[in-house]
Amino acid sequence: MLVDGPFASLRVTRDQPSFTMTRLGPLIFASMSTTLEPTELVDTPLTIGGRHFRSRLMAGTGKYRTNQEMVQAIEASGAEIVTVAVRRVDLDRTKEEGVLHHLSPERHFLLANTAGCYTADEAIRYARLAREAGFNEFVKLEVIGDRETLLPDTAGLLSAARALVKDGFSVLAYTNDDLVTALRLQEAGCAAVMPLASPIGSGLGLLNPYGIRAIKRRLEVPVIVDAGVGTASDACLTMEQGVDGILMNTALAEARDPVTMAWAMRHAVDAGRAAYLAGRMPRREIAVPSSPDRGMLA
Amino acid sequence: MTDLQITVNGDPRRVPGPASLLDLLAHLGLDARSVVVELNREIVRRPRLGDISLAEGDTVELVHFVGGG
Repeated sequence: MLVDGPFASLRVTRDQPSFTMTRLGPLIFASMSTTLEPTELVDTPLTIGGRHFRSRLMAGTGKYRTNQEMVQAIEASGAEIVTVAVRRVDLDRTKEEGVLHHLSPERHFLLANTAGCYTADEAIRYARLAREAGFNEFVKLEVIGDRETLLPDTAGLLSAARALVKDGFSVLAYTNDDLVTALRLQEAGCAAVMPLASPIGSGLGLLNPYGIRAIKRRLEVPVIVDAGVGTASDACLTMEQGVDGILMNTALAEARDPVTMAWAMRHAVDAGRAAYLAGRMPRREIAVPSSPDRGMLA
Repeated sequence: MTDLQITVNGDPRRVPGPASLLDLLAHLGLDARSVVVELNREIVRRPRLGDISLAEGDTVELVHFVGGG
Protein backbone atom coordinates (compact mmCIF):
# COMPACT_ATOMS: atom_id res chain seq x y z
CA MET A 1 0.00 0.00 0.00
CA LEU A 2 1.04 3.60 -0.44
CA VAL A 3 1.39 5.72 2.64
CA ASP A 4 -0.43 9.05 2.46
CA GLY A 5 1.40 12.10 3.65
CA PRO A 6 4.49 14.02 2.78
CA PHE A 7 6.54 11.05 1.62
CA ALA A 8 4.68 9.62 -1.31
CA SER A 9 7.85 7.81 -2.25
CA LEU A 10 7.73 5.70 0.86
CA ARG A 11 5.96 2.44 0.37
CA VAL A 12 4.98 0.06 3.08
CA THR A 13 4.45 -3.45 1.90
CA ARG A 14 3.17 -6.42 3.81
CA ASP A 15 3.10 -10.11 3.06
CA GLN A 16 5.65 -9.79 0.31
CA PRO A 17 8.83 -11.77 0.20
CA SER A 18 11.79 -9.47 0.63
CA PHE A 19 13.62 -10.62 -2.48
CA THR A 20 11.05 -8.89 -4.66
CA MET A 21 11.85 -5.57 -3.02
CA THR A 22 15.59 -5.70 -2.55
CA ARG A 23 16.20 -4.49 -6.06
CA LEU A 24 14.12 -1.37 -5.52
CA GLY A 25 15.89 0.36 -2.72
CA PRO A 26 18.22 0.19 0.24
CA LEU A 27 15.68 0.35 3.02
CA ILE A 28 14.43 -3.11 3.73
CA PHE A 29 13.24 -3.68 7.25
CA ALA A 30 11.66 -6.84 8.52
CA SER A 31 9.73 -6.54 11.75
CA MET A 32 11.08 -8.83 14.43
CA SER A 33 7.67 -9.10 16.10
CA THR A 34 6.18 -12.56 16.15
CA THR A 35 2.64 -11.21 15.88
CA LEU A 36 3.08 -8.90 12.88
CA GLU A 37 3.74 -9.85 9.31
CA PRO A 38 7.05 -8.57 7.98
CA THR A 39 6.92 -4.90 7.08
CA GLU A 40 9.23 -3.41 4.52
CA LEU A 41 9.95 0.21 3.82
CA VAL A 42 11.13 0.81 0.31
CA ASP A 43 12.74 4.07 -0.72
CA THR A 44 12.85 5.44 -4.23
CA PRO A 45 16.17 5.01 -6.01
CA LEU A 46 18.57 7.93 -6.12
CA THR A 47 18.51 9.39 -9.62
CA ILE A 48 21.39 11.53 -10.85
CA GLY A 49 21.71 12.68 -14.43
CA GLY A 50 19.11 10.12 -15.54
CA ARG A 51 20.87 7.17 -13.88
CA HIS A 52 19.41 5.30 -10.96
CA PHE A 53 21.37 4.21 -7.92
CA ARG A 54 20.34 1.96 -5.07
CA SER A 55 22.87 3.09 -2.49
CA ARG A 56 22.88 6.61 -1.07
CA LEU A 57 26.42 6.17 0.16
CA MET A 58 29.24 7.01 -2.22
CA ALA A 59 32.79 6.10 -1.36
CA GLY A 60 36.15 7.55 -2.27
CA THR A 61 39.09 5.30 -3.04
CA GLY A 62 41.97 7.41 -1.70
CA LYS A 63 44.25 7.10 1.30
CA TYR A 64 43.58 3.46 2.25
CA ARG A 65 46.51 1.62 3.78
CA THR A 66 46.23 -1.15 1.21
CA ASN A 67 44.25 -1.73 -1.95
CA GLN A 68 42.75 -4.85 -0.42
CA GLU A 69 41.43 -2.84 2.51
CA MET A 70 39.99 -0.28 0.09
CA VAL A 71 38.16 -2.95 -1.89
CA GLN A 72 36.81 -4.64 1.25
CA ALA A 73 35.68 -1.35 2.78
CA ILE A 74 33.85 -0.31 -0.38
CA GLU A 75 32.20 -3.72 -0.49
CA ALA A 76 31.10 -3.37 3.15
CA SER A 77 29.79 0.16 2.54
CA GLY A 78 27.46 -1.07 -0.21
CA ALA A 79 28.50 1.93 -2.31
CA GLU A 80 27.74 1.79 -6.01
CA ILE A 81 29.32 5.10 -6.94
CA VAL A 82 33.03 5.25 -6.18
CA THR A 83 35.23 8.23 -6.86
CA VAL A 84 38.63 8.14 -8.52
CA ALA A 85 41.23 10.78 -9.33
CA VAL A 86 43.13 11.45 -12.56
CA ARG A 87 46.91 11.48 -12.20
CA ARG A 88 50.02 10.93 -14.27
CA VAL A 89 51.10 7.34 -14.74
CA ASP A 90 54.24 6.78 -12.66
CA LEU A 91 56.74 5.90 -15.39
CA ASP A 92 59.63 5.12 -13.06
CA ARG A 93 57.62 2.43 -11.32
CA THR A 94 55.51 0.98 -14.07
CA LYS A 95 54.51 -1.80 -11.71
CA GLU A 96 52.46 0.86 -9.95
CA GLU A 97 48.92 -0.05 -10.86
CA GLY A 98 45.99 2.23 -11.39
CA VAL A 99 42.95 1.85 -9.17
CA LEU A 100 41.19 -0.11 -11.92
CA HIS A 101 43.44 -3.06 -11.23
CA HIS A 102 41.53 -3.43 -7.98
CA LEU A 103 38.04 -2.10 -8.70
CA SER A 104 35.83 -3.44 -11.43
CA PRO A 105 34.08 -0.82 -13.57
CA GLU A 106 31.32 -3.39 -14.08
CA ARG A 107 30.69 -3.59 -10.36
CA HIS A 108 31.06 0.08 -9.52
CA PHE A 109 30.06 3.32 -11.16
CA LEU A 110 33.30 5.26 -11.49
CA LEU A 111 32.95 8.93 -10.70
CA ALA A 112 36.12 10.77 -11.66
CA ASN A 113 36.95 13.89 -9.71
CA THR A 114 38.98 16.98 -10.49
CA ALA A 115 40.58 17.02 -7.06
CA GLY A 116 43.73 19.09 -6.87
CA CYS A 117 42.57 21.57 -9.52
CA TYR A 118 42.76 25.23 -8.58
CA THR A 119 41.43 26.85 -11.76
CA ALA A 120 38.41 26.27 -13.97
CA ASP A 121 40.66 25.53 -16.98
CA GLU A 122 42.61 22.92 -15.06
CA ALA A 123 39.42 21.24 -13.83
CA ILE A 124 37.99 21.18 -17.36
CA ARG A 125 41.21 19.59 -18.64
CA TYR A 126 41.07 16.87 -15.97
CA ALA A 127 37.37 16.23 -16.59
CA ARG A 128 37.99 15.71 -20.30
CA LEU A 129 40.89 13.34 -19.63
CA ALA A 130 38.66 11.39 -17.25
CA ARG A 131 35.85 11.12 -19.78
CA GLU A 132 38.34 9.84 -22.35
CA ALA A 133 38.98 6.83 -20.13
CA GLY A 134 35.62 5.78 -21.50
CA PHE A 135 33.44 4.91 -18.53
CA ASN A 136 30.82 7.65 -18.30
CA GLU A 137 30.14 11.34 -18.74
CA PHE A 138 29.90 12.08 -15.01
CA VAL A 139 32.42 14.23 -13.23
CA LYS A 140 32.74 15.28 -9.62
CA LEU A 141 33.84 18.83 -10.21
CA GLU A 142 36.18 20.39 -7.69
CA VAL A 143 37.78 23.78 -8.15
CA ILE A 144 39.71 24.43 -4.98
CA GLY A 145 40.33 27.97 -3.81
CA ASP A 146 42.53 27.57 -0.74
CA ARG A 147 45.21 25.03 0.14
CA GLU A 148 44.68 25.08 3.88
CA THR A 149 40.91 24.59 3.97
CA LEU A 150 40.41 23.08 0.49
CA LEU A 151 37.29 25.25 0.29
CA PRO A 152 35.94 25.71 -3.23
CA ASP A 153 36.64 28.66 -5.48
CA THR A 154 32.99 29.27 -6.24
CA ALA A 155 33.62 31.64 -9.16
CA GLY A 156 35.90 29.10 -10.85
CA LEU A 157 33.50 26.31 -9.97
CA LEU A 158 30.56 28.03 -11.67
CA SER A 159 32.61 28.85 -14.73
CA ALA A 160 33.88 25.25 -15.05
CA ALA A 161 30.40 23.84 -14.40
CA ARG A 162 28.90 25.90 -17.21
CA ALA A 163 31.63 24.85 -19.64
CA LEU A 164 31.41 21.16 -18.77
CA VAL A 165 27.59 21.06 -18.92
CA LYS A 166 27.82 22.65 -22.37
CA ASP A 167 30.34 19.96 -23.31
CA GLY A 168 27.88 17.19 -22.38
CA PHE A 169 29.09 16.27 -18.90
CA SER A 170 26.86 15.34 -15.99
CA VAL A 171 28.42 17.60 -13.40
CA LEU A 172 28.29 16.86 -9.68
CA ALA A 173 29.70 20.01 -8.12
CA TYR A 174 31.58 20.00 -4.82
CA THR A 175 30.70 23.26 -3.12
CA ASN A 176 30.37 24.88 0.28
CA ASP A 177 27.20 25.16 2.36
CA ASP A 178 26.12 28.40 0.69
CA LEU A 179 22.60 28.34 -0.74
CA VAL A 180 23.19 30.98 -3.41
CA THR A 181 26.17 29.13 -4.88
CA ALA A 182 24.13 25.92 -4.85
CA LEU A 183 21.30 27.67 -6.69
CA ARG A 184 23.71 29.05 -9.29
CA LEU A 185 25.21 25.59 -9.81
CA GLN A 186 21.74 24.19 -10.41
CA GLU A 187 21.02 27.02 -12.87
CA ALA A 188 24.30 26.16 -14.60
CA GLY A 189 22.84 22.72 -15.30
CA CYS A 190 24.65 20.60 -12.71
CA ALA A 191 23.22 17.09 -12.29
CA ALA A 192 23.80 17.24 -8.53
CA VAL A 193 25.16 19.69 -6.01
CA MET A 194 27.57 18.47 -3.34
CA PRO A 195 27.83 20.78 -0.36
CA LEU A 196 30.37 19.95 2.30
CA ALA A 197 29.51 18.92 5.85
CA SER A 198 32.90 20.31 6.91
CA PRO A 199 36.28 20.64 5.16
CA ILE A 200 37.67 17.70 3.16
CA GLY A 201 39.43 15.18 5.37
CA SER A 202 38.59 17.10 8.57
CA GLY A 203 36.16 14.61 10.10
CA LEU A 204 34.45 17.50 11.89
CA GLY A 205 30.97 16.28 10.95
CA LEU A 206 27.97 18.36 9.93
CA LEU A 207 28.81 21.93 10.94
CA ASN A 208 25.86 23.72 9.37
CA PRO A 209 22.71 21.59 9.33
CA TYR A 210 20.63 24.72 8.73
CA GLY A 211 22.62 25.57 5.58
CA ILE A 212 22.38 22.02 4.26
CA ARG A 213 18.63 21.91 4.91
CA ALA A 214 18.18 25.24 3.14
CA ILE A 215 20.04 23.90 0.09
CA LYS A 216 18.02 20.69 0.08
CA ARG A 217 14.75 22.57 0.47
CA ARG A 218 15.44 24.92 -2.43
CA LEU A 219 17.12 22.67 -5.00
CA GLU A 220 15.45 20.27 -7.36
CA VAL A 221 18.58 18.39 -8.36
CA PRO A 222 19.95 15.84 -5.88
CA VAL A 223 21.94 17.19 -2.95
CA ILE A 224 24.81 14.89 -1.97
CA VAL A 225 26.79 15.95 1.08
CA ASP A 226 30.47 15.57 0.25
CA ALA A 227 33.31 15.76 2.74
CA GLY A 228 33.67 16.17 6.47
CA VAL A 229 31.71 13.23 7.81
CA GLY A 230 33.86 11.57 10.48
CA THR A 231 31.88 8.73 11.97
CA ALA A 232 28.53 6.96 11.78
CA SER A 233 26.58 9.48 13.87
CA ASP A 234 27.74 12.26 11.51
CA ALA A 235 26.43 10.30 8.54
CA CYS A 236 23.13 9.56 10.26
CA LEU A 237 22.62 13.18 11.31
CA THR A 238 23.46 14.34 7.79
CA MET A 239 20.95 11.99 6.18
CA GLU A 240 18.33 13.09 8.72
CA GLN A 241 18.48 16.56 7.15
CA GLY A 242 16.81 15.02 4.09
CA VAL A 243 19.74 15.11 1.69
CA ASP A 244 19.87 12.56 -1.09
CA GLY A 245 23.18 10.95 -0.23
CA ILE A 246 26.67 11.28 1.22
CA LEU A 247 30.11 10.89 -0.30
CA MET A 248 32.84 9.92 2.14
CA ASN A 249 36.45 8.87 1.89
CA THR A 250 38.71 9.74 4.83
CA ALA A 251 36.16 8.60 7.43
CA LEU A 252 36.55 5.10 6.00
CA ALA A 253 40.20 5.13 4.95
CA GLU A 254 41.53 6.58 8.21
CA ALA A 255 39.36 4.55 10.57
CA ARG A 256 41.36 2.06 12.61
CA ASP A 257 39.26 -0.60 10.91
CA PRO A 258 37.95 0.75 7.60
CA VAL A 259 35.84 -2.32 6.80
CA THR A 260 33.93 -2.18 10.09
CA MET A 261 33.53 1.59 9.77
CA ALA A 262 32.17 1.08 6.25
CA TRP A 263 29.59 -1.33 7.66
CA ALA A 264 28.64 1.23 10.32
CA MET A 265 28.39 4.00 7.72
CA ARG A 266 26.15 1.91 5.50
CA HIS A 267 23.73 1.37 8.36
CA ALA A 268 24.00 4.98 9.54
CA VAL A 269 23.10 6.25 6.07
CA ASP A 270 20.14 3.88 5.89
CA ALA A 271 19.04 4.75 9.43
CA GLY A 272 19.32 8.48 8.82
CA ARG A 273 17.41 8.19 5.58
CA ALA A 274 14.66 6.10 7.21
CA ALA A 275 14.41 8.53 10.12
CA TYR A 276 14.05 11.42 7.70
CA LEU A 277 11.34 9.58 5.77
CA ALA A 278 9.64 8.59 9.01
CA GLY A 279 9.46 12.22 10.16
CA ARG A 280 10.80 12.90 13.62
CA MET A 281 8.66 13.96 16.60
CA PRO A 282 8.61 17.64 17.46
CA ARG A 283 11.21 19.01 19.85
CA ARG A 284 9.63 20.28 23.09
CA GLU A 285 11.12 22.23 25.93
CA ILE A 286 8.86 20.53 28.48
CA ALA A 287 8.41 16.90 29.36
CA VAL A 288 5.35 14.97 28.23
CA PRO A 289 4.73 11.72 30.11
CA SER A 290 4.70 8.55 28.07
CA SER A 291 2.59 6.66 30.63
CA PRO A 292 -1.05 7.57 31.36
CA ASP A 293 -1.81 10.24 33.96
CA ARG A 294 -5.05 8.42 34.76
CA GLY A 295 -5.32 5.21 36.70
CA MET A 296 -2.78 6.09 39.34
CA LEU A 297 -3.41 4.61 42.81
CA ALA A 298 -5.19 6.88 45.26
CA MET B 1 66.42 5.95 -37.16
CA THR B 2 66.89 9.11 -35.13
CA ASP B 3 66.16 9.59 -31.50
CA LEU B 4 63.45 12.07 -30.60
CA GLN B 5 63.75 14.38 -27.65
CA ILE B 6 60.31 14.71 -26.07
CA THR B 7 58.78 15.42 -22.67
CA VAL B 8 56.69 12.69 -21.07
CA ASN B 9 54.82 13.41 -17.83
CA GLY B 10 57.02 16.38 -17.14
CA ASP B 11 60.36 14.63 -17.66
CA PRO B 12 62.64 14.90 -20.71
CA ARG B 13 62.99 11.59 -22.51
CA ARG B 14 64.74 10.32 -25.63
CA VAL B 15 62.80 7.77 -27.63
CA PRO B 16 63.78 5.97 -30.83
CA GLY B 17 62.10 7.51 -33.86
CA PRO B 18 60.13 7.48 -35.94
CA ALA B 19 57.47 6.51 -33.45
CA SER B 20 53.73 6.79 -33.12
CA LEU B 21 52.06 7.42 -29.77
CA LEU B 22 51.20 3.72 -29.69
CA ASP B 23 54.90 2.93 -30.18
CA LEU B 24 55.72 5.25 -27.27
CA LEU B 25 53.30 3.38 -25.01
CA ALA B 26 54.83 0.06 -26.03
CA HIS B 27 58.31 1.49 -25.44
CA LEU B 28 57.21 2.49 -21.93
CA GLY B 29 55.54 -0.87 -21.29
CA LEU B 30 52.06 0.61 -21.00
CA ASP B 31 48.77 -0.85 -22.17
CA ALA B 32 46.91 1.65 -24.36
CA ARG B 33 43.63 0.54 -22.80
CA SER B 34 44.68 1.65 -19.35
CA VAL B 35 45.96 5.16 -20.07
CA VAL B 36 44.64 8.36 -21.56
CA VAL B 37 47.05 10.25 -23.79
CA GLU B 38 47.37 13.98 -24.19
CA LEU B 39 49.74 15.31 -26.87
CA ASN B 40 50.65 18.99 -26.64
CA ARG B 41 47.54 19.58 -24.48
CA GLU B 42 45.20 17.84 -26.94
CA ILE B 43 43.58 14.53 -26.01
CA VAL B 44 44.34 11.78 -28.53
CA ARG B 45 41.58 9.22 -28.72
CA ARG B 46 42.63 5.60 -28.40
CA PRO B 47 41.91 4.49 -32.01
CA ARG B 48 44.17 7.26 -33.33
CA LEU B 49 47.22 6.51 -31.17
CA GLY B 50 48.83 4.45 -33.95
CA ASP B 51 48.23 7.15 -36.57
CA ILE B 52 49.94 10.03 -34.85
CA SER B 53 53.71 10.30 -35.09
CA LEU B 54 55.80 11.92 -32.40
CA ALA B 55 57.77 15.00 -33.37
CA GLU B 56 60.86 16.52 -31.79
CA GLY B 57 59.89 18.62 -28.76
CA ASP B 58 56.45 17.09 -28.26
CA THR B 59 54.93 17.14 -24.80
CA VAL B 60 53.04 14.00 -23.86
CA GLU B 61 50.94 13.39 -20.77
CA LEU B 62 49.92 9.85 -19.84
CA VAL B 63 47.27 9.65 -17.13
CA HIS B 64 45.14 7.02 -15.46
CA PHE B 65 42.77 6.68 -12.53
CA VAL B 66 44.19 6.46 -9.04
CA GLY B 67 42.54 6.34 -5.65
CA GLY B 68 40.86 9.60 -4.72
CA GLY B 69 37.85 11.17 -3.04
